[in-house]
Amino acid sequence: MNLIKHVAATAAAASILLAGTVQAGTLDDVKAAGFLKCGISTGVPGFAFTDDKGDWQGFDPAVCKAIAAAVFGDSSAVKYTTTTGKTRFTALASGEVDVLARNTTWTFSRDTDLKLDFVGVNYYDGQGFMVPTELGVASAKDLDGASVCIQTGTTTELNLADFFRTNGISYEAVPIETNDEARTNYVAGRCDVYTTDASGLAATRSSLEDPSAHTLMPEIISKEPLGPLVRHGDSEWADIVRWTLNAMITAEELGVTSANVDKMATGTDNPEINRLLGSEGDLGAMIGLDKAWAWRAIKMVGNYGEVFEQFIGKETPIGLERGINAQWTNGGLLYSPPFR
Amino acid sequence: MAQTLEDLGPPSVGPPKSSFSIGKIWTDKRSRGIVIQVIAMAIFCAIVAYLAANVVKNFEELGKPFGFDFLKQESNYDINQTLISYNSQSSHARAAVVGILNTLLIAVCGIILATILGFILGVLRLSPNWLVNKLAYCYIEFMRNVPVLVHILLVHGILVHSLPHPKNAMNINDTLFLSNRGFYTPQPLFQPLFWLVVAAFVIGIIFAFWYRRTARIKQEATGEQSPVFWVMLASIIGLPILAFFLTGMPIDWQFPEQGRFNLKGGMAIKPEFMALWVALSLYTAAFIAEIVRAGIEAVSHGQTEAALALGLPRKRTMNLVVIPQAMRVIIPPLTSQYLNITKNSSLAIAIGYMDIVATIGGISLNQTGREMECMIIVLGLYLTFSLTISTFMNWYNKRIALVER
Repeated sequence: MNLIKHVAATAAAASILLAGTVQAGTLDDVKAAGFLKCGISTGVPGFAFTDDKGDWQGFDPAVCKAIAAAVFGDSSAVKYTTTTGKTRFTALASGEVDVLARNTTWTFSRDTDLKLDFVGVNYYDGQGFMVPTELGVASAKDLDGASVCIQTGTTTELNLADFFRTNGISYEAVPIETNDEARTNYVAGRCDVYTTDASGLAATRSSLEDPSAHTLMPEIISKEPLGPLVRHGDSEWADIVRWTLNAMITAEELGVTSANVDKMATGTDNPEINRLLGSEGDLGAMIGLDKAWAWRAIKMVGNYGEVFEQFIGKETPIGLERGINAQWTNGGLLYSPPFR
Repeated sequence: MAQTLEDLGPPSVGPPKSSFSIGKIWTDKRSRGIVIQVIAMAIFCAIVAYLAANVVKNFEELGKPFGFDFLKQESNYDINQTLISYNSQSSHARAAVVGILNTLLIAVCGIILATILGFILGVLRLSPNWLVNKLAYCYIEFMRNVPVLVHILLVHGILVHSLPHPKNAMNINDTLFLSNRGFYTPQPLFQPLFWLVVAAFVIGIIFAFWYRRTARIKQEATGEQSPVFWVMLASIIGLPILAFFLTGMPIDWQFPEQGRFNLKGGMAIKPEFMALWVALSLYTAAFIAEIVRAGIEAVSHGQTEAALALGLPRKRTMNLVVIPQAMRVIIPPLTSQYLNITKNSSLAIAIGYMDIVATIGGISLNQTGREMECMIIVLGLYLTFSLTISTFMNWYNKRIALVER
């Protein structure tokens, strides 16, 4: 698998050489192709996985499904491309994918120097550590001399170096390409610690043979706002991705779900719901879509809360609490600008 | 007297010398050849120019500047196997150097081990013993018909999954430890006097080669043979050992010991390096074995018989008659195997051995987003390594080539 990914990385670099120039009108290109090219991770339980039919499901693909629903009225009109931490930006920059929805941290240099545009945050995360309980480690600061499995090409790699340096403790970085490989190496005992975003750790832990034999350290050593991103320079396309995500968040805030969206679309006494679902005004036209774009996204994919509970919430094996990812009205950080 | 050559010669019978015509460029064999080459060259240049222009245009549209300034920035990531001092505050350029050294290390170690194994296997393949012969044959066919990446993953998997955790590491006398985190040996700490040992080693080498030269001159003059091998061995190995003991063994050893998570201290050979080294060597050795076998078989048996008839002992027949001739057949394909090892070492990325592809072509590329620059650096480096190896091997090939009159 790894070779394939490596070849993909090189091919992505080569595609800068060979590809026709990246056109500014991504929406037109997407419409002409008839499907959305979506970059996702190689697999993190709950966040991106293939179901028994072989279709990609999860918290991250849901963003792409919602965009496809908004643009085409068909949430399955998505072509998924798996990317590793290393290949993802090249894939996006070269036009291999139109949007990247794969637990990617919004940072200054990625937003500016890498010429990418983060359109929002769909999961507020932070980097944590997981160790086997039997090691009896109580704090990440006790990890002096440990071997740490780390996915290369990620912000976690940089945070890790900073964390150990500022605490004056040593470690051995064991570089790994994907979450699956990290899990294998961690289970085999090649490393004592696995570090990645806390959500990814919870997901990985849920897939281990005996999750209770592994402990998450109390320290969260970084801010990792994860969200979808697009190429620099096509603000119209960025608007569509941004507001599709905002529509899902706003829908939850306003109590619009995939179950009641049909009824609400006929008109309610809340003007914001009416504007969101297109029974009042024409917000869709402002982003080059029709009136019912948000209605379709919510109908076919669900609002933010529904997606969260379906894939990574408390009822799932991943078992994540909403925590800071609750709506601002519930003390969380999710706060969509108004639909007006 | 104003006759031209034309006037003197017979009347011309060939086609009349016509003036220049377009059609003739094509019908004339020589000019046609030139025209085709010019067109081919023009097409080639056009493709290159198109690609270059496309790159420039794409970079402009992405708004990315092209440049190598990022090499001076801090890399911010750690590398677990380094030959020079390096930490996350070092520059990307230094990370690249770490990668280069790791690539060279695996290439050199791989070439040495593959050559030794390959020659042994090649000779075994020629063994008259049926069992030995067939075992070597099976080994060679198995190794070279499975992709090298599979070998690498297999060996790495075996090392990581089947070797014990450092806590229960297999250990010999508390000095050598083998675990799934690496093979730990004591680390030598050199005391000041150690330079005398190094000096003895250098002197030993110089003396050995001087002795070999005088011995050869003496043999050419008088026919008398000297014990060259033993004298060389004594001066290269024996002299430094003597110096080592005379200076009072100026080395301290730092032994590995159990830490909380890992073995601490000592030198560690990581499983990633071992897996890559073993897999690449075993794989390439199979090819080298076939090359060696072909080389030896290429020397006609009459040569051996002639040498024996002249009264040369069997060992000297091999050393002086068969091997020098076989080498001429062996060296050129051997060169390409050496290049293969160097290039295949880039598969290190599959198991997390930090070579150039993993450092500058991997993490640095990703953290800085300079795909084109990093790929250019990696390409340039591999090209340099490969051309250097093939230049050296060509020089060696020329040196041992048959001097024909």
